[in-house]
Amino acid sequence: MGRVIGLVAYHVFKESVRDKVLYNLVLFAVLLILASYVVGQLTAGQDIKIIKDLGLAATAVFGLFIAVFIGVGLVWKEVDRRSVYNLLAKPLRRHEFIVGKFLGLALTLLVNIAVMAISLYAVLAAMQWLHPELARASVEAPVMDPHLLQAFLLLYVQLLVVTSVALFFSTFAGPMMSAAFTFGLYIVGHFNTDLAHFEDVVDNPAAAWVGKALYYVLPNLAPFDVKSAVVHGQSVPGAYVALTAGYGVLYIGAMLALAITIFARRDFK
Amino acid sequence: MLALETEQLTKDYAVGFWRRRPYRALDGLSLRVEPNEVFGFLGPNGAGKTTTLKLLMRLIFPTSGRISILGRPPGHPGVHKRVGYLPEAPYFYDYLTAEELLTYFAGLFGLRGAARRARVSSLLDEVGIGGERRLQLRKFSKGMLQRVGLAQALVNEPDLVFLDEPMSGLDPIGRRDVRSLILALRDRGCTVVFSSHILSDAEALCSRVGIIVGGQLTTSGRLSEILAFEVSGWELVMAGLEPASLETLGTSVRRSTRIGDDRYAIEIPPTEEPERVAAALRAQGGKLVSIIPMRRTLEDYFVQQVTARKAPPAGRVMPEG
Repeated sequence: MGRVIGLVAYHVFKESVRDKVLYNLVLFAVLLILASYVVGQLTAGQDIKIIKDLGLAATAVFGLFIAVFIGVGLVWKEVDRRSVYNLLAKPLRRHEFIVGKFLGLALTLLVNIAVMAISLYAVLAAMQWLHPELARASVEAPVMDPHLLQAFLLLYVQLLVVTSVALFFSTFAGPMMSAAFTFGLYIVGHFNTDLAHFEDVVDNPAAAWVGKALYYVLPNLAPFDVKSAVVHGQSVPGAYVALTAGYGVLYIGAMLALAITIFARRDFK
Repeated sequence: MLALETEQLTKDYAVGFWRRRPYRALDGLSLRVEPNEVFGFLGPNGAGKTTTLKLLMRLIFPTSGRISILGRPPGHPGVHKRVGYLPEAPYFYDYLTAEELLTYFAGLFGLRGAARRARVSSLLDEVGIGGERRLQLRKFSKGMLQRVGLAQALVNEPDLVFLDEPMSGLDPIGRRDVRSLILALRDRGCTVVFSSHILSDAEALCSRVGIIVGGQLTTSGRLSEILAFEVSGWELVMAGLEPASLETLGTSVRRSTRIGDDRYAIEIPPTEEPERVAAALRAQGGKLVSIIPMRRTLEDYFVQQVTARKAPPAGRVMPEG
């Protein structure tokens, strides 16, 4: 079972490489180098935070685009082009297909984020070497702050949640609709916490209940964003990271289970 | 044990947006395919051939009825290991080469390393893909994709293959190649079930055929039983004739068709002697080009079956209630 899932996943990764998806890394690197050049022109006191902030934000945006635009096509494209017919005639069951597709995009995102994290550290190291005065002015957090990795990790799990949502829509809807829904949920997901406290702002108990229900059903994405805390040198407890990542994994599991349920019964007309 | 058996296989689709009504694509299909035979599944477009093959591969699920493939239900994990399938107008991944695609699919069957490389290479040779095997599939023509499709259907050396319109999109050489491939498969002990609306292919290949029209099986049996091979008439092609000279023959001509300036194809009933008709026309200045005995072909039979069932047409919206 694991072997066939691995093969499907490997080919999702291979396709994304051949589709030049990883070219976004070049753009990312150019952005970082430009930013560091600009920061280098600033006087001391303006610190290295700008580079960290930009690096993490760019990782989030590029990752989101990859997760959504590849995610919504993962299953839909195979069904639309009928390439899935060949695949499902092989000893590959439908749930293995779905899990393989998800893991393939997870691998693409992992490589993407890992290269971005390494690039960010490389640029920070270069800044430390070229502009020691800036490094000294960076008092809130060390330049080569290992806590950045926490931000990258949670960002990765957040992107996997988005991927699982995109994949879920991709099992029954076209790419335009899936992309719209996934982006919509991504935005809603950042304000989800407001829904949990809906009863504070409405008198109607039914509306409060609906708000609560939506809070549990929709993905809660805001807790994954620890960018500003990390950039400003505030520590993020390990338990928080673990708990948030655990929530992400559960949500992904639920989304994949739904996707499999739908896909397993689908007629490929 | 039968290679394939279906019993009362029926598939309804829901059509309509607001008021969903069932549309019967396949209606009580009962088929039996013996091991090691080439079975032709024939029918006009939209008759239910592809629906049937998709049901067998579990790409769609039956509304009712039973399927047994190599003695097992179609969802059985062992079935897919021993079966090959070529979908209609197959499509693969643009970004892979033919070689990479087959390597991928061979991997799904658990083949690895040198055995996998050898299998992929010999398969590509067998379907006639040479230097193009290192080319990405998006650069392939329709005919070449069809050949890749055949190769991927055979990657596991199956005991039973389902080929949906294997000849479509192929040039005459390609069709000849596919014919010899199907016969080679049969000689290896593989059972071949293929769908087609090209009847000459079926005539050249099949030991048995099933004819499906409007979702229902109308005939199933040996070709030799279905087709009577007695002469049903003669066709004479004569040159140098005047239209008036044909009229002198009277009732001994069933039909005449002008095919060139002064060339005519003349059909005469089996009771007439073709030599006598030819001699009579020669006496009026005609020149004999050819005499061909007319036999009932699969095509005649097919046309007869299809027209007999024209009402109701292929696929029907079922009455409500």
